[in-house]
Amino acid sequence: MAKQKPSRLDQLVYLLMYPLNWLEERSSIPGRSGLVGGVKYFLFRKVPSDISWGHTLGSAALTAFIVQAVTGVILAMYYKPDPNSAYESIRNITDNLWAGWLVRGMHKWGASVFIILLFLHMGRVFLYGAYKYPRELNWIVGVLILVLGMLEGFFGYLLPWDQTAYWATVVGVNLQATGPFVGPFLGDVLRGGAEIGPDTLARFYSLHMLVLPGALIALILLHLWLVVRIGVSSPPWSPDEFGRPQPGPPPAPRKGLVEPAPRNGRLVAPVGRGARRR
Amino acid sequence: MNPRHDVDPHEGQGTSHEPTPTIWPVGFAVGIACIFVGLIISKVVLVVGAVLTAIFGFLWIRDATRPFRGEEAPAEAEPPPARPRPPGTRATGPDPGEGEVVRFPRSKFLEATTLGLGGLIGVIVTAPVLGFTILPPFIKQGHPKVDVGAIEDFPENKYVIATFMLKPADGEVSRRTAYIRNNGFLDQSPSFTILSNRCVHLGCPVQVNGLPLAEETKTEKTATNTVTRIPTAAAAGFGCPCHGGQYDTEGNRTAGPPVRALDRYKFEIVDGRLLLGNTFSVSEVDGTGADAKIHTYPLAGPGQHVDGPEAWLYPVQPPR
Repeated sequence: MAKQKPSRLDQLVYLLMYPLNWLEERSSIPGRSGLVGGVKYFLFRKVPSDISWGHTLGSAALTAFIVQAVTGVILAMYYKPDPNSAYESIRNITDNLWAGWLVRGMHKWGASVFIILLFLHMGRVFLYGAYKYPRELNWIVGVLILVLGMLEGFFGYLLPWDQTAYWATVVGVNLQATGPFVGPFLGDVLRGGAEIGPDTLARFYSLHMLVLPGALIALILLHLWLVVRIGVSSPPWSPDEFGRPQPGPPPAPRKGLVEPAPRNGRLVAPVGRGARRR
Repeated sequence: MNPRHDVDPHEGQGTSHEPTPTIWPVGFAVGIACIFVGLIISKVVLVVGAVLTAIFGFLWIRDATRPFRGEEAPAEAEPPPARPRPPGTRATGPDPGEGEVVRFPRSKFLEATTLGLGGLIGVIVTAPVLGFTILPPFIKQGHPKVDVGAIEDFPENKYVIATFMLKPADGEVSRRTAYIRNNGFLDQSPSFTILSNRCVHLGCPVQVNGLPLAEETKTEKTATNTVTRIPTAAAAGFGCPCHGGQYDTEGNRTAGPPVRALDRYKFEIVDGRLLLGNTFSVSEVDGTGADAKIHTYPLAGPGQHVDGPEAWLYPVQPPR
């Protein structure tokens, strides 16, 4: 028995963790840095057995965000946020630089892909009821991510500095400025003045590539942390009640997954095994 | 055992070994600092520093000599007496149980000072940064007067499309368009209708519903500006390409989503040249041409009502 061949998964885990084990051995008392444990906890955690491709939409949106971040950083190496040279620098990226059209295209179309994936992910969570107790907080964090993602789109739209970008931003900012009481002031703060001027472009650029991505990364990390802590929920029709609040005394916390504590029997979702019996 | 727990919390209080806690040295130090700064920059600061030093020095001395003068020290919050640790237990971490920590009044003072100074530093750092972010958009937002040409360049009762840079220092990004109509004379003084081309729905550029005579375009370079004038034939009003707002020849809204009449430029005539000043908002215009009665308001943003109950939503406008 002791000489049983390791399974495929064990081999894969060994290979993946090899560099991290190497680091951990040389950085601390073995097993104390939390590096290996943390990565295992994140990557090899338990999930319900009957999850589907719908559950991958969140990871897909995360991938789209990473693509946006990487292509955005590269575009920032060539883009000039100045009213007199912004449009020319965009043309230079698109027409002259090697594969510039591709990277700019990835950033431009990837922006739409990111928002679409956010909505699909949101729809999956909504239709599966996965936003319910104890995951309401993560729904709220997700909504904030959606709002910031759309703001990214709004601020990024001005950067090509062509007629479409200019007038779309004029309309967009004036729309904000019709908000009651503080609207006119909000509009001026967004534009950096009474009208779109030389400061507006740099202001939008700073918000688009520094402020909002920073906030987004923080919120995404919080979102992921909550997913890992609370666990993935089963589909509502699932006989597998894993990851679902159960009646009865709270189970002892398991390593790798914190079971949500049930509030009481009455409020537990009437689906799963019990529902099937009815 | 942690040596802290062996200290009698009441030791040093009421005896002359240690001075009673006092806050006055802070003011004393500020006064000294003011004296040094004042020596360099201004006599007023020097005097203020000297006064502060004297006042706080006196207060400090009064506090410090209180035991000798036989007065009671001001009441301090009594720290909870330290409970002896049960024999056989050991400390489980660097910080022993919360309730067992002996709290000296001085530690409270240090705690408050740390929090207070930390908060003060936070405010000192944050306030200018926030102000720098928010205030510049509201400061120096005006523009110089724009010379758009001689009066003779504007034929009577015809609209001329004039484009110019509102702030030549900002360059092309400040390019604006005005529709200028010479109304002839009203009581011996020339009358002009000068409409801003910014739609009062959401700020798109409204276009002439008529025939721009492109071949008669004149471009004039002034000292700081480049002005283009395109005459028009039979302008029947103005229309916005974005959301379909329509205006008549006086700028009154006739259809679509705009909430008022087109904004106008103030103007003056100096040495026969037409100068454009600031813009103002108009709710509506009665009559036409030189005889029109214009209901004017301070400049409001596009989409904002200037009259009626909806205007109550915008009680204060940012400075322009």
